[in-house]
Amino acid sequence: MASPIEELKTAIRQALPDLDMVIAWTAGPDSLSHTPLFITDAADIERIEWDSRCSQNLAGYLTSLRGKKVGIVAKGCDARTIVELLQEKLIDREDVTIFGLHCQGAVDARKVRTELKVGRGVQGVTIDGGAASFAVNGETQTARLGQVLQEKCFRCTGADAEVCDHFIGEHGQPPQVDDAPVSTLDMLEAMGMEDRLHFWEDQMTKCIRCYACRSACPLCVCQDHCAAQSRDPHWVDQTDHPREKLMFQALHALHTAGRCTECGECERACPMDLPIMTLKQALNRQIKDIFDYQAGTDPDKTPPLFQFREEEEHIKERKW
Amino acid sequence: MSVIEGKELRIIGFLCNWCSYAGADTAGVGRFAQPTDLRIIKLPCTGRINPLFVVRAFMNGADGVLVSGCHPRDCHYSEGNFYARRRLEVLKALLPVLGIDPGRFEYTWVSASEGQRWRTVVTSFTEQIHALGPMPTFAAGTCLDACLHQAF
Ligand code: SF4
Ligand code: SF4
Ligand code: SF4
Repeated sequence: MASPIEELKTAIRQALPDLDMVIAWTAGPDSLSHTPLFITDAADIERIEWDSRCSQNLAGYLTSLRGKKVGIVAKGCDARTIVELLQEKLIDREDVTIFGLHCQGAVDARKVRTELKVGRGVQGVTIDGGAASFAVNGETQTARLGQVLQEKCFRCTGADAEVCDHFIGEHGQPPQVDDAPVSTLDMLEAMGMEDRLHFWEDQMTKCIRCYACRSACPLCVCQDHCAAQSRDPHWVDQTDHPREKLMFQALHALHTAGRCTECGECERACPMDLPIMTLKQALNRQIKDIFDYQAGTDPDKTPPLFQFREEEEHIKERKW
Repeated sequence: MSVIEGKELRIIGFLCNWCSYAGADTAGVGRFAQPTDLRIIKLPCTGRINPLFVVRAFMNGADGVLVSGCHPRDCHYSEGNFYARRRLEVLKALLPVLGIDPGRFEYTWVSASEGQRWRTVVTSFTEQIHALGPMPTFAAGTCLDACLHQAF
């Protein structure tokens, strides 16, 4: 049987004549993180790569390509973003062809650099059981998954692209990680309120306000109309103060509330390595508890903040 | 009359025009004694309340924020408070993870005729904020911090 990558190339070769473009991954300048490949010419199909270095969520490109016939390769979490975009009618199902994959987990390039002290020249990554092996200059270096996977993969709710047109390879379970580090959210919940505030103050002091978190988020679709740039109302001012940076993070979290699929792109894109997905995870926990809802799982569902019930079963209002 | 003699805290109240603002007025007309820490901002409807209003208020130095609107099924615009309830419940998960004590924020419903209920809400919320004390501030000092923490 063909390997998943060969099967993927075959499926794309067959579909490409009817599509304007297919978005996949290819080897890029960073040997720990593959780069997007926009295929319009069948000759480029050979350049496709598929392994645990395919971290980027390609679904972020779909909204700007609306109106074109686009094929897209998707991991489990990427497919949840596509579903969320469909739920919000930001893309059209008939225009998108999804090549779904089973994902074994995505490596966090930063963690690999610090844990294994490797950066350049990684030729291949394989995941087997609880370990990841990196082929570097003819040698193999191995690490526990808990040391090298992205934070989101420790809580992956489905590693197969559930909604797709062509499923490639075998279905499977999310990575089994028994040594996942404590999440920032759990760490914060063990701290007092004032310490939490100072934790964010320290983190936000490092924020350089590049807004890469926003640019990378596939659900930040406002483009030039982002509230962070608005002067009236002036939600976030230009003061170089952790308060304003935290205000922006609150704005991002609230604007993605009930929509964020925890795809991890905000955190992955952050050049300062700030744990900003934590805020969205906190909202998602609450949304699961009170609305029994998880974003990006059902294309026919309405996101919870786009609707209401007169009697809210799980909301306990205070009696005065 | 502040709860602690001589020291008021900064409590912001976002009230809908039709029910709660009128309810607060009813309490005033009835001359019910109430704490005076609350600064009221009148909005057309709780559905107009962006949860970011609340976050911004805390970031700018509020010690407590109260939202009050029409009771469910009594909204002047029929459904504004139903949307608001969902948004504000989600906001309740954001505040503590930022380090803002969940007791510093509440939402409730007070109708135009409920002057007595308004008094109860304001009094108990103000007591609650005084029990928590002033909102902890960022350590990093800027002119804005200096200005916000001068005694008013
Ligand atoms: S969250 Fe799941 S599907 Fe996404 S990269 Fe991690 S393991 Fe793969
Ligand atoms: S907020 Fe972050 S985790 Fe959520 S959808 Fe956007 S990029 Fe992904
Ligand atoms: S990507 Fe990181 S540094 Fe840039 S604005 Fe977002 S949090 Fe700040």
